[in-house]
Amino acid sequence: MKSKTKLRYIGSFVILLVLLFVLVVWNINSGSIHVSVGDILRILFLREGEETSYQIIWSIRLPRICAAVILGGALSVSGFLLQTFFNNPIAGPFVLGISSGAKLVVALSMIWLLGRGMSANSAVLILSAFVGSLISMGFVLAVSRKVKQMSMLVISGVMIGYICSAVTDFVVTFADDSNIVNLHNWSLGSFSGMSWGNVKVMAVVVFVTLILTFLMSKPISAYQLGEVYAQNMGVNIRLFRVALILLSSILSACVTAFAGPISFVGIAVPHLVKSLLKTAKPLLVIPGCFLGGAVFCLFCDLIARTVFAPVELSISSVTAVFGAPVVLYIMIKRQRKA
Amino acid sequence: MENYFVYTDHMTVGYDGKPLIRDIEIRLNKGQILTLIGPNGAGKSTILKSMTRQLRLVGGTVYLDRDPMQNLSNKELSKRLSVVMTERMHSDLMTCEDIVATGRYPYTGTLGILQPEDWEKVHQAMEMVHALDLADRDFTAISDGQRQRILLARAICQEPEIIILDEPTSFLDIRHKLELLTILKRMVLENQMAVIMSLHELDLAQKISDFVVCVHGDTIDRYGTPEEIFTSEYIRELYGVTNGSYNADFGCLEMEPAKGKPQVFVIAGNGSGIPVFRKLQRQGVPFAAGVLHRNDIDFEVAKALAVQVIAEEAFEAVSEEHFSQALQVLRECRRVIACTREFGTMNERNRGLLQEAERLGILE
Repeated sequence: MKSKTKLRYIGSFVILLVLLFVLVVWNINSGSIHVSVGDILRILFLREGEETSYQIIWSIRLPRICAAVILGGALSVSGFLLQTFFNNPIAGPFVLGISSGAKLVVALSMIWLLGRGMSANSAVLILSAFVGSLISMGFVLAVSRKVKQMSMLVISGVMIGYICSAVTDFVVTFADDSNIVNLHNWSLGSFSGMSWGNVKVMAVVVFVTLILTFLMSKPISAYQLGEVYAQNMGVNIRLFRVALILLSSILSACVTAFAGPISFVGIAVPHLVKSLLKTAKPLLVIPGCFLGGAVFCLFCDLIARTVFAPVELSISSVTAVFGAPVVLYIMIKRQRKA
Repeated sequence: MENYFVYTDHMTVGYDGKPLIRDIEIRLNKGQILTLIGPNGAGKSTILKSMTRQLRLVGGTVYLDRDPMQNLSNKELSKRLSVVMTERMHSDLMTCEDIVATGRYPYTGTLGILQPEDWEKVHQAMEMVHALDLADRDFTAISDGQRQRILLARAICQEPEIIILDEPTSFLDIRHKLELLTILKRMVLENQMAVIMSLHELDLAQKISDFVVCVHGDTIDRYGTPEEIFTSEYIRELYGVTNGSYNADFGCLEMEPAKGKPQVFVIAGNGSGIPVFRKLQRQGVPFAAGVLHRNDIDFEVAKALAVQVIAEEAFEAVSEEHFSQALQVLRECRRVIACTREFGTMNERNRGLLQEAERLGILE
């Protein structure tokens, strides 16, 4: 490898890591209740300090930061996998309606469980989200068999998303339970209210899936060239496609289960990361996407929490503000090329 | 029979189990090129896609060095067979070197990282197709000719025993067509590979192929060496040519001749008549030519374009009989064009035609 490209790769990862560090610090340090830097350091490293501040840092801000990092990363990697699968730069779990499908099934199972006086644990949430993802994915796949056009695929995904969201709103509105407020917040997308228990579960699920995805870098790189060439390079296409669908569904399901649907991260981040690295090699892009997604979501969550504090914005509104222009840019650029 | 490197036994190809072309028999050794020719939509691509296993065989078996191909795993096959297909290769932020490097895929480890030896082979392959200077260029930003060379380099560095190419010269200009096929021919001989490809250019197919397969209808119409296949009559029949003709010796196409009674008589010889024949054909003027020797290059073109050609046997002096025949035709014409006024021992009699035209005052 040429030293110039090597330098670029190293530089890109350094930039991402620095951004991640800066945003983590910034996020710990900001919120509706002010805690001084000295106090924060004492709370973090010496585990001592005033009770309220201690609780805010350890039980609210830190788990929320961890969730934003893990879920943001998972979402971007999931987007990258879907873009590879459909050979379509604007595919992502949100636009294809996969997040909304997951949301619908999660809402249904939560209401069903709450109605029977049970609370939904993390495993149940993830499982329902996974089932919902796969159902939506099934629809999108059926459509993609019929139409080859990139824009049509996205339109059908958006429609599926609307249908699922409408049904979710419907059941949430008519569900009679005090937990409805929580459910409503969640169905708009939010990193708030994360517990360490949630973080542990999502960390296990996401990191195991990410390692498996990373190990698939080689066939992914072959598949990027197109099915015909991938097959000739020795990839078992059928098996590979199933694996890719499962991995991307698990990742986006995990995100939806804990934070609800989050828009545009899955499209914007892989694109930005590829532009930064100037390569689409999965070996670099997969870890790059994870870091990039973490940075992007930390940044958006910071804005969601602080700009109109104490009112909190839904994370999806903030990611849309930054993510949607990137999608528009990609589409215009492609149109010009064609 | 079984000693061939590629050997098909009643290979039947088609889509979704429906046979399209039956009983294809291909035999090929290493260091040889086999070309599929035939009209558009005849199924050349279907055969190639079945050989690369993109399509399931409807029936029969393909043997690769005596191994039935369906028994090979994808991985085994990828070390033995590489492809250059017409489908556009997707590439996202990839340089030409990156594209060629993907050919090393079957030889890399779990994460697909290339070793120094692999890069060495990538560079050798790029050198072979004269594309080292393209290494850092974006694959989407190069010309069609360059792209085909890069894809060929990619196929080469996969170190296959056989390469399958689907219309590799389409969209290329003549320089790049020749360049690509020259590289291919050299590669086949140097590396002792087998090549199966489809070509639209009959003239090139005739010159580069060791064997030619003519795909027509639901069977292989003919199979043989270029010498056996490329006759003007057969190519006309294979492609159902109705307007104009194909000259197999020159590999060139001629337009349909003008119809009707000859209005112009052309006295030619030794290649001097060709531009005049073509001009008259373009203007739609029916003409006759004579007396031409059958081994004269003018004769081949006149045969395709003239209404009537008065011809003499090769190496024989123009006979009295043919001369008077020509004279008769000439007198019926309104104009006479003399492309040459020099005559030799064998066509001395043509001078008589010239004098007659002068006498009649119709010589131009």
